[in-house]
Amino acid sequence: MSLIEIKKLSFAYGKDTVLENIDLEVRERDFLAIIGPNGGGKSTLLKLILGIISSKSDTIKIYNQKPMANLSDIGYVPQNTNINVNFPIKVIEVVMMGHIKGKKEREKSKNFFHRYFKIGYNEFEKSCALESLREVGMAEFADKKIGSLSGGQRQRVMIARALCAKTKILILDEPTASIDVSGQRQIYELLKFLNKSITIIVVSHDISVILGYANRVAHINKTLTFHDISNYQKEIKTDDKHFCEVEMLQMLGECKC
Amino acid sequence: MLELLSYEFIQNAIMAGVLVSFASGIIGSLIVVNRMVFLAGGIAHTSYGGIGLAVYFGFPIFLGASLFAVGASLLIAFITINQKDKIDTFIGLIWAVGMAIGIIFIDLSTGYNVDLMSYLFGSILAVSLNDITYISILLTIIIFIVTFFYRQILAVSYDSEYANLRGINAKFFYTLILVLSALTVVIAIKVVGLILVIALLTIPIYIAEKLSSSLAFMMFISGVLSSLFTLIGLWLSYQYDLTSGATIIMVSALALSLFLPINAMMKN
Ligand SMILES: Nc1ncnc2c1ncn2[C@@H]1O[C@H](COP(=O)(O)OP(=O)(O)OP(=O)(O)O)[C@@H](O)[C@H]1O
Ligand SMILES: [Mg+2]
Repeated sequence: MSLIEIKKLSFAYGKDTVLENIDLEVRERDFLAIIGPNGGGKSTLLKLILGIISSKSDTIKIYNQKPMANLSDIGYVPQNTNINVNFPIKVIEVVMMGHIKGKKEREKSKNFFHRYFKIGYNEFEKSCALESLREVGMAEFADKKIGSLSGGQRQRVMIARALCAKTKILILDEPTASIDVSGQRQIYELLKFLNKSITIIVVSHDISVILGYANRVAHINKTLTFHDISNYQKEIKTDDKHFCEVEMLQMLGECKC
Repeated sequence: MLELLSYEFIQNAIMAGVLVSFASGIIGSLIVVNRMVFLAGGIAHTSYGGIGLAVYFGFPIFLGASLFAVGASLLIAFITINQKDKIDTFIGLIWAVGMAIGIIFIDLSTGYNVDLMSYLFGSILAVSLNDITYISILLTIIIFIVTFFYRQILAVSYDSEYANLRGINAKFFYTLILVLSALTVVIAIKVVGLILVIALLTIPIYIAEKLSSSLAFMMFISGVLSSLFTLIGLWLSYQYDLTSGATIIMVSALALSLFLPINAMMKN
């Protein structure tokens, strides 16, 4: 079944066309990697899928509906995680922002204020947020101020925020760009595990990650070239670990059928 | 000192000072974290238009200023949400036009100029019980809203794009914050006056921000600090016969200038 269906999508900021004639189908339990040069339109495409920006023609369907209709099913890690770094907010509070309001768990709450007045967070939301922080290796920072973290740590927190929403689709925009090698591995292993039940779309420049984890790769530079790379993955793994983006692009170019 | 406290106008001033301090501590925190200081300045000065109209048409000045300020805040919310490009220009325009309307209508109504000074520089020693009732009601509403919508307000202030994705109506809460700012600005004008209101809404808050790791705590600390500065300023102004609003601001500014280097030293 196709979760996300994009047909003949074009988008421009003002007069500059950023995306042209994009066709893309994302199926359930896909692990889709999106690659492409800076300014190619990757983030723009994700924002269109999320409904943060919208194109005039509604050419994007999620579960056959408009993007914003299924917000609670989509988790998102934005590319820029350095917004508002001096804001007086604790790590755990940032993660709890991931919870969508009015979910059922709320009624089960034992906290009187929470249950009857809907004030604050309940113990379920807190433990769920802590669990997500643990998964990205940040549990011990839960009560730290967000501004006191390093860039990579902040990025992990934003991933935790998306995880704690427990959504069916996870969209990540260069989620590990400033995360160290072992951290990246940890996070991609986690995504791989989650991928057993949910769909993942990730923008990344890291080729080894893409070949190691994704089942499909889309290259975006204004237009989209979409490929099933499973055959290549097998070849490459036995071949050589060192594999650069140029070769990757060549390979994708070759099979442009 | 104790004899001072027995005067009714002093009691009123103390009550009003503390109530306004907590309102401005809470709302000032929201203004600062949302980077709306310039917008709040625009609202404050525009409210002068409301004062002018109220004087001219003879209805209560608090009411006139409040209505006008709320109108201005809605206009500013509309502009900042829909016209991201030229926000500065528009706010500057609203700011100046509001002031001009006020000045012209006060010109047109005779014999009011003396009392008007109190709106420019504050008149905390002249607050009435009615004023205090109004301020209390407003503070109650503010606390109510901030408590019940804390997570929404926090999410929108920290990351409005993400808040939107989690189903929170960011535009609504942004507008709500501006409207509450408008109402708070008007009562703060009572204490320190139009010209100094932005200082009251920012100086204690800057200190509190450095001391806080959560928004709620920042609001509370801002209220406490602001009360402290207001009361000290009030006492000094009475003792040395100075303008109360200006004295309160000077006390706050002095505290800030002592706090910053000490805070920097503690960090090292
Ligand atoms: N808010 C905006 N307003 C105007 N132009 C924009 C805006 N955001 C992006 N663009 C332009 O759209 C193009 C695509 O940007 P986008 O952010 O989608 O690229 P990207 O593929 O994500 O790049 P990167 O790898 O650097 O993240 C760029 O040329 C950029 O200048
Ligand atoms: Mg990008």
